[in-house]
Amino acid sequence: MVDYFTQHLLSFAIWVPVFSGILVLFTANDNKPNSTRWLALAASVISFLVTLPLYTHFNFIDGGFQFQEGFSWIPAFNINYHLGADGIAIPLILLTSFTTVIVVIAAWEVIEKRVAQYMACFLIMSGLMIGVFSALDAILYYVFWEAMLIPMFLIIGIWGGPNRVYATIKFFLYTLLGSLLMLVAFIYLYLHTGSFEIVDYYQVQMPLNVQVLIFLAFFVAFAVKIPMWPVHTWLPDAHVEAPTGGSVVLAAIALKLGGYSFLRFAMPIAPDAAHYLSGYMIALSLIAIVYIALVALVQKDMKKLIAYSSISHMGFVTLGFFIFNNLGLEGAIVQMVSHGFISAAMFLCVGVLYDRVHSRQIESYGGVANTMPTFAAFAVLFAMANSGLPGTSGFVGEFMVILGAIEANFWYAFLASFTLIFGAAYTLWMVKRVFYGEIANAQVAALKDINKREFLILATLAILVLALGIYPQPLTDMTNATVTQLLSHLAQSKLPAALSTVIPAGL
Amino acid sequence: MENIRYDLATALPEIVIVCMAMFVLLADQFVKNNNRIAIYGISQLTLLVAAYLTFSTHSPSVTYAFTGTFVDDAMADVLKLMIYLGTSLIFVYSRQYIQQRDMFRGEFYALVLFSVVGMMIMVSGQNMLTLYVGLELLSLSLYALVALDRDNARATEAAMKYFVLGALASGMLLYGMSMIYGMTGSLNIAEINNALQSGQNIHAVLILGLVFIVAGLAFKLGAVPFQMWVPDVYEGSPTAVTMLISSVPKLAAFAFVIRILVQGLQTLAVDWQQMLMIMAVLSIVIGNITAIAQTNLKRMLAYSTISHIGFVLYGLMSASINGFVYALFYVVAYVLMTLAGFGIILLLSRKGFEADKLDDLKGLNQRSPWHAFLMLIVMFSMAGVPPTLGFYAKFSVLQAALQAGYLWLVVFAVLMAVIGAFYYLRVIKLMYFDEPIDHHPIEAPIDMRIALGVNALSLLAIGIMPQGLMELCAYAITRSLS
Repeated sequence: MVDYFTQHLLSFAIWVPVFSGILVLFTANDNKPNSTRWLALAASVISFLVTLPLYTHFNFIDGGFQFQEGFSWIPAFNINYHLGADGIAIPLILLTSFTTVIVVIAAWEVIEKRVAQYMACFLIMSGLMIGVFSALDAILYYVFWEAMLIPMFLIIGIWGGPNRVYATIKFFLYTLLGSLLMLVAFIYLYLHTGSFEIVDYYQVQMPLNVQVLIFLAFFVAFAVKIPMWPVHTWLPDAHVEAPTGGSVVLAAIALKLGGYSFLRFAMPIAPDAAHYLSGYMIALSLIAIVYIALVALVQKDMKKLIAYSSISHMGFVTLGFFIFNNLGLEGAIVQMVSHGFISAAMFLCVGVLYDRVHSRQIESYGGVANTMPTFAAFAVLFAMANSGLPGTSGFVGEFMVILGAIEANFWYAFLASFTLIFGAAYTLWMVKRVFYGEIANAQVAALKDINKREFLILATLAILVLALGIYPQPLTDMTNATVTQLLSHLAQSKLPAALSTVIPAGL
Repeated sequence: MENIRYDLATALPEIVIVCMAMFVLLADQFVKNNNRIAIYGISQLTLLVAAYLTFSTHSPSVTYAFTGTFVDDAMADVLKLMIYLGTSLIFVYSRQYIQQRDMFRGEFYALVLFSVVGMMIMVSGQNMLTLYVGLELLSLSLYALVALDRDNARATEAAMKYFVLGALASGMLLYGMSMIYGMTGSLNIAEINNALQSGQNIHAVLILGLVFIVAGLAFKLGAVPFQMWVPDVYEGSPTAVTMLISSVPKLAAFAFVIRILVQGLQTLAVDWQQMLMIMAVLSIVIGNITAIAQTNLKRMLAYSTISHIGFVLYGLMSASINGFVYALFYVVAYVLMTLAGFGIILLLSRKGFEADKLDDLKGLNQRSPWHAFLMLIVMFSMAGVPPTLGFYAKFSVLQAALQAGYLWLVVFAVLMAVIGAFYYLRVIKLMYFDEPIDHHPIEAPIDMRIALGVNALSLLAIGIMPQGLMELCAYAITRSLS
């Protein structure tokens, strides 16, 4: 039994939350929402616990795929149920299962309408996202990637704000468009290799023009998800309309799916195209970092501000990817995990305020620190982390990426470091307007400080943000071997020997 | 004498259904209104017996009967079994609906059984005329079924439109067949193929014939630019009949295309590939874009059918064994999705109320979470979102098209699929995000509820484990076309 469990760790990580989600859905009684909540909490905690052995059993020296398992799934297309995770995937898997627990607790009293469906959506989505991080077969990956849109679509649409229908359909269609082009790329690769195994794709040689097309097909899919400028416009809408839990999962995990997939597919499958187009990718990243930060500065809606701040921070991730050095890449991964904690915390903070005042506008608040001192302390901490204060996790990733960028080109680093100014500006200005100053109105005066439940989740996140900021070693140890291996793979040209010197005209 | 017995044995399922259809028609005269359920039972039993006969006499080899005009091969048997299954589901779903609308009469069941025979002959025909007779038997039964609710002006109008355009299409088909006959001197599919391969023909005349045949087929399939009848007939017909028209006959039409274009005219593949390509692209464009503007659920599903037919044509135009296998897979997936989709409409309808407006689905999640969930699966399957069956259907035909080298057409189809996803999502939006405007309890017999649940969940189950169905389709095609 124990053997079976340790040999199928990833399967358990995926299917425990999915099946417990279905269980919640079918055993639920909407007249007794509390039992549903406890059941969902138990399910999410168990789901988190089954992912922990992924850390304890991890072999830190091996940069390849570990915990592999699989069987032939659809022989007609040579599709396999093949799972495996490397040092990049496992931190994200842990982040996913952890965030689900937070989301379930955060929804406790807040969600009163159709509790079972809400909890089930999050549990199922959690399993599906872990599936995305651990699939080693392209179609299996694609199935998880698309399937996770369905619960997210429902979460925003059912429990979202006034403009939720527009936001959720926009979210779905944007993502679907990108994914379908990726599917075409998968089919193309399948026809060339006869396999949907991702590892097989790493070996296939292709001329540059083919690589560029494949890279672009992947790029559309992942750039929408991350999101990169200029395909980011769905994110602020989705974030603003989503319920707090939806925003948390979107920011903390869904965006990472895009970043992770760049490392899993686009770059190693088409490394020459990645090098060839890296200038454009860096330009897009820098636009996201600088321009989107300026956009964030003028937002009046707190959720929108954090959404733009997410896009800006994800710009660091893509910048780190495309400067092709160890520091940049590892920094990008640290940034992904750290952004998972910080953005989740920021959205939860907005959620705390929204549940009390039912407004996300900055101007509805003022002087909250007077009535909610404990909450203000947490909020300021997360705001500092968001603006990249040393000692918090927000600093580590950004600093590593900037250092990596200096190695590549001084001006990249110069432009990227603007974020430290702008990031501080928009975050702290928001904090100032919301938390400090005189008590703005009667609603703020009547605010009650956070309860134990809210304290628990914010404190957990605060500890993690500080821990990762002070001692990021456990995380970098995990990713180190994988990153080194990935970079050496990226350094090898995959152009067919005869064609390697010919760059087709017109590209 | 031995020969005749052998011929009759080969066509036994058809003969049984014809006899039973006539028996139903006769027996109906002697049955009281409240005993009419017996007619329903007899019809279901007929399908079951036919299924048993088809299944028990199945052999993977090819058998010809009636001097080569009738064939019994793997594809014929597989498709017939699916036709029985689909028709049986239609009987289950439609019983309450037609009871409430005074159509619960022997005519309904007799006509449906006749149309089943027509489909079976289309599936098994090995001669242009046999195929044509099967097609006409199907079409005439369907015209009558559309007009069965004879006091309904819309239904009568739809029947008229269907009949006139259908007759025109039949005329074209016959005209094309006569050209081919003139060139090859035979109506037999195999002989036509041999004559074409020997190459003593005038190409231009053959192409002219081919154009007419393809146009006739496109009419029956509802592919653009011959799709005009589809939305009106779907909307005007009683929903039970719409469900029939939109589902199982596509299986027969698929076999019809395979028999004529692939088995008979494969030497002209280069020519019909181009025609199918144009129709495929246009169908996907017109189907998906026009569907967005619909407020009537049945009309929306009509345009959705047109776009699905476009995807089927993507498989067929690849003109490879794989392409045909995947096209068949798509058709089967389509039939399952359509049956479940119309099943939900029938479920929500009640006496004096047709749930055929999109708005009638509003707030279904609050009225019945289970049925909303079933419709959710159907809609995501139609949109081609994994892990549903519709995803593998689209995935496989696109793969066939890509293998045949149509990279940009595939990219185009994919973009159109995104547009298509919009109107399926709108249905989900109505069910899940809106408040109900209709608070009537949903009443349906238990057998319908179970069948509908199994039907819709099968989209998910086969979507997770598509290997079995894929193998069945591959078996049907490779055994028959090798």
